Amino acid sequence: MLGRLIGGLLLALGTGRASAAYRLNFQPPVTRIASEIYDLHMLMMYVIIAVFCVVFGVMFYSIYAHRKSVGHKAAQFHENTTVEIIWTAIPFLILLGMAWPATKTLIAFKDTSSPDITIKATGYQWKWGYDYIKGDGEGIAFLSNLATPQDQIHNLKPKGENYLLEVDNPLVVPVGKKVRILTTANDVIHSFWVPAFGIKQDAIPGFVRDTWFKADKEGTYRGQCAELCGKDHGFMPIVVEVVSQEKYALWVAGQKTNAAAAAEVPNKQWSPDELKAKGEKVYAANCVACHQATGKGLPPAFPALDGSKIATGDKAAHIDRVLNGKPGTAMAAFGKQLSDTELAAVITYERNAWGNKTGDAVQPAEVKAARK
Amino acid sequence: MSAVIDTHGHRHDDHADHPSGLMRWVTTTNHKDIGTMYLWFSFTMLLLGGVLALTIRAELFEPGLQIVNPEFFNQLTTMHGLIMIFGAIMPAFVGFANWQIPMMIGAPDMAFARMNNWSFWLLPVAASLLVISFFVPGGAPAAGWTMYAPLSTQMGPGMDLGIFAVHIMGASSIMGSINIITTILNMRAPGMTLMKMPMFVWTWLITAYMLIAVMPVLAGAITMVLADRHLGTSFFNAAGGGDPVMFQHIFWFFGHPEVYIMILPAFGIISQVIPAFARKPLFGYASMVYATSSIAILSFLVWAHHMFTVGLPTAGLLFFMYATMLIAVPTGVKVFNWLATMWKGSMTFETPMLFAVGFLFVFVIGGFTGLMLAIMPVDVQLQDTYYVVAHFHYVLVAGSLFAIFAGTYFWIPKWTGRMYDETLGKWHFWLSLVFFNITFFPMHFLGLAGMPRRIPDYASQFTEFNMIITVGAFGFGLSQLLFLYTVLKCSVFGKGDKAPARPWEGADTLEWTHLPSPAPYHSFHEQPVVK
Repeated sequence: MLGRLIGGLLLALGTGRASAAYRLNFQPPVTRIASEIYDLHMLMMYVIIAVFCVVFGVMFYSIYAHRKSVGHKAAQFHENTTVEIIWTAIPFLILLGMAWPATKTLIAFKDTSSPDITIKATGYQWKWGYDYIKGDGEGIAFLSNLATPQDQIHNLKPKGENYLLEVDNPLVVPVGKKVRILTTANDVIHSFWVPAFGIKQDAIPGFVRDTWFKADKEGTYRGQCAELCGKDHGFMPIVVEVVSQEKYALWVAGQKTNAAAAAEVPNKQWSPDELKAKGEKVYAANCVACHQATGKGLPPAFPALDGSKIATGDKAAHIDRVLNGKPGTAMAAFGKQLSDTELAAVITYERNAWGNKTGDAVQPAEVKAARK
Repeated sequence: MSAVIDTHGHRHDDHADHPSGLMRWVTTTNHKDIGTMYLWFSFTMLLLGGVLALTIRAELFEPGLQIVNPEFFNQLTTMHGLIMIFGAIMPAFVGFANWQIPMMIGAPDMAFARMNNWSFWLLPVAASLLVISFFVPGGAPAAGWTMYAPLSTQMGPGMDLGIFAVHIMGASSIMGSINIITTILNMRAPGMTLMKMPMFVWTWLITAYMLIAVMPVLAGAITMVLADRHLGTSFFNAAGGGDPVMFQHIFWFFGHPEVYIMILPAFGIISQVIPAFARKPLFGYASMVYATSSIAILSFLVWAHHMFTVGLPTAGLLFFMYATMLIAVPTGVKVFNWLATMWKGSMTFETPMLFAVGFLFVFVIGGFTGLMLAIMPVDVQLQDTYYVVAHFHYVLVAGSLFAIFAGTYFWIPKWTGRMYDETLGKWHFWLSLVFFNITFFPMHFLGLAGMPRRIPDYASQFTEFNMIITVGAFGFGLSQLLFLYTVLKCSVFGKGDKAPARPWEGADTLEWTHLPSPAPYHSFHEQPVVK
């Protein structure tokens, strides 16, 4: 531990790994609003530094000159109405000067009218769901999970470049188009924040709020959930890929094809091995944070699945638990988030992984039937 | 209305049934004893809250999860906040109020001496509930000290214990405030008009009114959470017709005045210390009274600046932005008046003055970042990031806590009859100041760079600053053990030079001019006449 401490300090003070370390200011803005915010911050900093210098210049001078030890005798003045008025009025005028540009940016920030594309971002515990509601790409919908492996989080493997800021399915938008983001949530309050765009909007369950951005530069921009939402609040990032109009059109077409291919083939029979393989992936994306890769969970909050009564007992009860969750606990109703095939796969996996050897396979049709 | 107290009755010390030992402390109605108990309670809570903070910082030393798991981490951050706010800072100031207000106004005790005892003894009960909450299924509350619904409705029984504890602490605060207001308005010595009271008394008078106004609002908010949790109501559950944002409005209507409740007594202490060590009267007494009152009134009008990203309509956002910016004006007036008090004084820099000047320097920095956060578009980037954590630790630690240190060093000669060790005091100051800044200044940069708050693990680019912060935090925490030793040395161990009645030549309030050191168990049996 001491070695890590010293090594870490040397790293901190010396090597300067990536240019992103020791960042002192906002990330480079890629929207007009983010630029205005950046400039507002700089304006405020100049005013603050000026006031700081004046106020503490006076104070440190006084500390130096008006000491008993250098023989300074105390004056006895103790009030002056003129001076009180002056040092009330001048700060007030400075504030007026700050309020004017701030007002302009605030009003622009709130203007979500006439968007080119509208996308709904839904906060879940603990991932984001995106639905393209209007404009090019309408109808596309997917979930966006943290892609950083648990091994890296638990210090078993070295951390990747975008540690904790990478997802399996990023949001993709075209450059130069006004995108309106509607936010809502499935369970508790989350918040959709992308610093490079200068947007942050709380996602409130049962309500729909909105914000907007128009990205001026192509690139990949990363943000995080910005409202405490439970244990994995720090593990539900946002990744937005801003691409050219042509690439966007290609992506939209690709998504539609994939959606068609992935569309449920009713009554398709999957082999147990297919189910288990797919289920392992679904487990890694959705279940591992609570129930752990070992299936041992973190009791009492997150029960073990390895050897659990539900995972080795009645199939229907297991399907019900995953479909509908357990109200009053952190076990969400995954029926709302995963397809019949994904659910069948993950339940099959759980019933046959670790020490569980039920030999059961669950078909998508069974899950579909269980949905009421 | 102040009457001269009859002096030729019996003195309480003569009673044969005056308890000693443990029962003395359990049954005391003496403002000095009760003040002492508040101060020791708050110091214990400060150390406990500090241990929680150091656990947090140990986990955040490097990216990755090393020491605690995420759900426990959320318990740590929540309990650190609840314990520091309700267990450390607020009771410390009430301890100062109890010790100082009667002496400074020439009164023999608080108006309601027995209620005073109960106000204190409720606190260890509440603190026990908070500690016990760590051990119930699901652990301590983990929704942040702000307990936003619906996350708080999801939590286990630890949240119920937390709510119960906050209710109890709120009741204690309300009773304490009733006591303080009644004492100040009714028991001042003859000749002490309101505009002749020491500033510390003024700031507590205003704070007490604020407490009575807002603690019931907090009680309402958390009771609604309790009802949603157990009585099937839907105050904050949209599916049942409720509104999660309503919790935030109600909570912050309490929450914003609460932070001014935590700073106004600090302002009062600084207004006592600086004139004493500058050997010059406080500049602009009347202005200071009006500025403090303006801050208090304005503090009720700005709560939604904690909700700038919730989705308020534009007009609401503009109003709250302007109102919040406006608080900078009376706060600036106070800072300028303190500077004008120092100006052309004859200053010496014993430990109380070091902390008072240190307060001025670091609190103003916190004030600047508050102004930055008031600018709504900028706040969009900074809300829920480490910039906010930096801001409130600058004003609460470098503000409130440094003022508490200043006041302790200032008044401990009066309380114990012993001078504190000046060398140790100076070490405590410089170590605290340096390590405080090492800990909290880099947090501004983390927030600007994009690190959210309340996360147990972070992206790699935030590593270097987090490491520096953790080292600073341990330094700051360990430095407080020096303070513990210094306080024990003159209070419990009774070591140190005997303090004269008036060790600070510039101090001129009644406790210095009319009472010996230590102050007698009962003082001002006969009220002085103030000219």
